[in-house]
Amino acid sequence: MKHWTLHLALIAVLFTAQYWLSPYHATNLARIMVLAVFAMGYNLAFGYTGLLSLGHALLLAAGMYAAGLPAQLWGWSAGPAFIAGIAGGGLVAAVLGLLALRTAGVSFMIVTLMFAQAGYLTLLYFAPVTGGDDGFAVSAASRTLMGFDLSTDTPRFVAALTIFAFGLLASLVLVRSPLGRTMVAMRENEERSRMLGYNPFTVKLAALTISGLYAGAAGAAYAILFGYVGASFATIQYSILPMLYVLLGGAGTTLGPFLGALVMFALIEAATGITTAHQFIVGAALVILVLFAPKGILGTIRERWVRWLP
Amino acid sequence: MAALIQTRGLTRHFGGLKAVDGVDFTLEPGEIHGLIGPNGAGKTTFVSLLSGRLPAQSGTILLAGEDITRLPAHARVRKGIAYTFQITSIFPRLTVFDNVALAVQSQGAADLAPKTRAALARVGLEGLEEQEAQTLSYGHQRLLELAMGLALSPRLLILDEPTQGLAASEIEGFKSLVRSLVPETTVLLIEHNMEVVMDLATRITVLTFGRVLASGTPAEVRANPAVQEAYLGA
Repeated sequence: MKHWTLHLALIAVLFTAQYWLSPYHATNLARIMVLAVFAMGYNLAFGYTGLLSLGHALLLAAGMYAAGLPAQLWGWSAGPAFIAGIAGGGLVAAVLGLLALRTAGVSFMIVTLMFAQAGYLTLLYFAPVTGGDDGFAVSAASRTLMGFDLSTDTPRFVAALTIFAFGLLASLVLVRSPLGRTMVAMRENEERSRMLGYNPFTVKLAALTISGLYAGAAGAAYAILFGYVGASFATIQYSILPMLYVLLGGAGTTLGPFLGALVMFALIEAATGITTAHQFIVGAALVILVLFAPKGILGTIRERWVRWLP
Repeated sequence: MAALIQTRGLTRHFGGLKAVDGVDFTLEPGEIHGLIGPNGAGKTTFVSLLSGRLPAQSGTILLAGEDITRLPAHARVRKGIAYTFQITSIFPRLTVFDNVALAVQSQGAADLAPKTRAALARVGLEGLEEQEAQTLSYGHQRLLELAMGLALSPRLLILDEPTQGLAASEIEGFKSLVRSLVPETTVLLIEHNMEVVMDLATRITVLTFGRVLASGTPAEVRANPAVQEAYLGA
């Protein structure tokens, strides 16, 4: 019960945020919520199942292009484009899993990284269609949903919050379900799980595919809400980003990805005001984190004080 | 009645080492079968072949008449072969409850909590549900491992040196627990503690150098001169 209260309370607070935040900050918060969806997906694979992927940019880009290209080429509206994006992320993740899950550990990191790079280069190669590094803007017609113009502040914020809320509650249900327990079992002791009758390959494939659905939703939402699709979202940077959010917020906690994204965003925002070398401050923050709170913010809070945090 | 497990010419070599070398072995339903032999005789390798943790190089394994030789380990578990590890293998950072619940839910059981508690109560770990497994004492971790095996409600429970590291008082409890499992569950017991084996087992198989040296009732095995020479000591 208290799990639900906590998560619903966060969603309620975020809903009110559009009334007390400046439009600039509200737009940033919408962006953070979309990126948090991406990070939540990453967390299901990495934080709960123990799959350290370096290729999630591929899944983000898959969702982004699966939504953006039909919108661009055939004039799909926001709803179908968004669903196509989710499906695109899940499908690419499933194929990636079928190939990459034959490996584990460091090999898995390298293989996922390799596939993501191949995906990035493919996007560049087909630049006439994909727009390459420059990308393309999503037309206004494809950014309306049920009469709401998603390029304006309030509908955009509400749409981002809706996707975020759905993703958050779904992840809460998932990690407390039998499948969630099995995912954690893979992370904790794969051999023992196998000898309890679980096929590690299937469980990890399911986790990675679900992770891909999240990444696809985030990519599609980004394309539709912020109106831009580009190959830069398929670069290694966007594979590292969700990992940083998750590590900062707390791997294997449902709220960690959002908290990590929020804190990291705030950190960069604050650093930009002080110095042009804001990446340096982010780096320093991460070193401090790894040294003093390797379980992330919520991981540490759970360990020390609030044992029941999911 | 068909044998629960029957192996024919089961073989596994590691390079030049013939860990298991053409073993013919029969396990009758409902028995407690002791598997003994000197260190390095191939006992753990043999049960690893049965459970599917290692693939067999040649030979066949039948489970109640069905050929399971090529079946992966997790599928064999679902067919009813449970294995408890020689070196305790639990989920150290999960709660005691979750450790056993993972075994229960792999059976597709709907009533997760009662079955989990029942398995814990059976080994005497009730009341420790919410503890993190790594905080348990070694003896309790062995019992947790056993509870996970029981929670699978297996047809065959393979116990690989279950009493290793248990106190004498705990061994008595363990023996009555194993006795209470048959005949619903068949038990294959690898054990170095001769008193435990001779006391529990209805039949015993002796392995040396990857081959079956002798097989029979405890009295027969004890009386066998080859066994005495190779293993038991005169």
